[in-house]
Amino acid sequence: MSPQDRSTRTIAVVSAGLSTPSSTRLLADRLTEATVAALRDRGVTATVEVVELREHARDLADNLLTGFANGPLRSAVDTVTSADAVIAVTPIFSASYSGLFKTFFDVLDKDALIGTPVLMGATAGTARHSLALEHALRPLFAYLRSTVVPTAVFAASEDWAGGSGPGGGLPDRVQRAAGELADLVAGRPPSAPVDPFADPASSFEDLLRGTS
Amino acid sequence: MQFGIFTVSDITQDPTTGRTPTEAERIKAVLAIAAKAEEVGLDVFALGEHHNPPFFSSSPTTTLAHIAARTSTLQLSTATTLITTNDPVKIAEDYAMLQHLADGRVDLTLGRGNTGPVYPWFGQDIRNGIELAVENYALLRRLWTEDVVNWQGKFRTPLQGFTSTPRPLDGVAPFVWHGSIRSPQIAEQAAYYGDGFFHNHIFWPPEHTQKMVEFYRKRYEHYGHGSADQAIVGLGGQFFMRKNSQDAVREFRPYFDNAPVYGHGPSLEDFSSQTPLTVGSPQQVIERTLGFRDYVGDYQRQLFLIDHAGLPLKTVLEQLDLLGEEVVPVLRREFAALKPAHVPDAPTHASRVAAAGGARDATVHAAADDVTGQVPEQVREEVEAR
Repeated sequence: MSPQDRSTRTIAVVSAGLSTPSSTRLLADRLTEATVAALRDRGVTATVEVVELREHARDLADNLLTGFANGPLRSAVDTVTSADAVIAVTPIFSASYSGLFKTFFDVLDKDALIGTPVLMGATAGTARHSLALEHALRPLFAYLRSTVVPTAVFAASEDWAGGSGPGGGLPDRVQRAAGELADLVAGRPPSAPVDPFADPASSFEDLLRGTS
Repeated sequence: MQFGIFTVSDITQDPTTGRTPTEAERIKAVLAIAAKAEEVGLDVFALGEHHNPPFFSSSPTTTLAHIAARTSTLQLSTATTLITTNDPVKIAEDYAMLQHLADGRVDLTLGRGNTGPVYPWFGQDIRNGIELAVENYALLRRLWTEDVVNWQGKFRTPLQGFTSTPRPLDGVAPFVWHGSIRSPQIAEQAAYYGDGFFHNHIFWPPEHTQKMVEFYRKRYEHYGHGSADQAIVGLGGQFFMRKNSQDAVREFRPYFDNAPVYGHGPSLEDFSSQTPLTVGSPQQVIERTLGFRDYVGDYQRQLFLIDHAGLPLKTVLEQLDLLGEEVVPVLRREFAALKPAHVPDAPTHASRVAAAGGARDATVHAAADDVTGQVPEQVREEVEAR
């Protein structure tokens, strides 16, 4: 591995906002900028790939029915599952992540994000939804066995008007979360793709013996 | 190269009339479809196995034996035979019996089955799917190749001194294909034994089929059965044809839109571009099918699904006429011209008998009483025990 490889990482950003522009994408962008800057401080250059789930709404419904991801969705899935880190941001609908957001993670292979560092974000009209990050998103990524950073960032409508403050305004939370993600990403080697069609590590004889 | 059709035996409402056939009607329709397949010059008819509505085919060997009696050249196969939930002893017996009745025109395609609830109906657990497929098939092979089997495994009661009857016709077991959409372990199993690998190919994008087949070919060579391009590959496919492609699209769309599995999802046009489905003229079906070779290499068997989603019998028979008259003759010629000499054809009973050095009578004669089936020592032991 060249020194350059060691200092380069890919960050996939999953945004489930529905309007254009959306406050969800706005939060995703803030988290991404802060993470890229924090990685730069640690000597790591980050490449960012954004997946706007709105563009894949029909693809995702099709995938639920057919069992496979069509071309455009396949690219999005590959982007996210091969990234060194994921920033995942959803609007809160009816006290939880949006259906579109959940559907995307439903169609991923359950092992696809094992160990992947994840930074979670959510937006809503009121701060009373803020714990949805902890009771809905965090268990989802726990199931996927991802490594989720301690700070999850919630932005209600009023947060966009406020700056940094003594209690920790939105910019402070963004900074803290980005720093946590950057520490995780910079401390790990770049992810290596897994090929399910590589020659099996164990022979078929082992498989036979294992069951007889 | 072999060409044929396969059916899953679904009993589905015709969305254009709202009418759902009865089991009796659908069963007779499938028999008519099989007879027609031979009449129009196809090589293979394969039947699925299911144990829940909306399917009727719980007992494929009964159905295939009936078809065998009414045909003379058609190769009978399955799509698929459940290697996980069937007792391998019963598979060994049933398919050897069918082999005798059909004069050897029998092979089978093994699959795991993806319907969770079916497993407990037969005392199994879907979480053991791969392990069941591995153990049961290892036993099935022994039951066909060894006259007397002593065996112990994890999933069924041990066997002591067991002889599966009838013995395979001419001492040669039916050829086996292993079918899997997405599990490399099953492609690995097929490669390990030098058996055939069949990919369903109708529900998923071609790139995926390509990866599975490439993996199987590579592993076939690894296990020393021949070069990768000599591995035995079968593919599914589906089409709907009319002379005029616009008529095909118009007529098939309601069946597509309401089809089990993919209905109410992607458009017919999207699904046609994402999977091997072809709805159009015979020429379009010919071109698309010849294109399969571009990503799986020279292969041995092409089966089409043509009777699902509530399509009426009359329409299916018309599809078979077009397939037999306009499509398959061209495909046979074109594929044959492209295939190098060292690539084998699909194994048949005749080719397997020849490879085994000729036919032999494999009957195991027991020194048993004609009426009770008991051997003398057994009777003596029982008498002494009293």
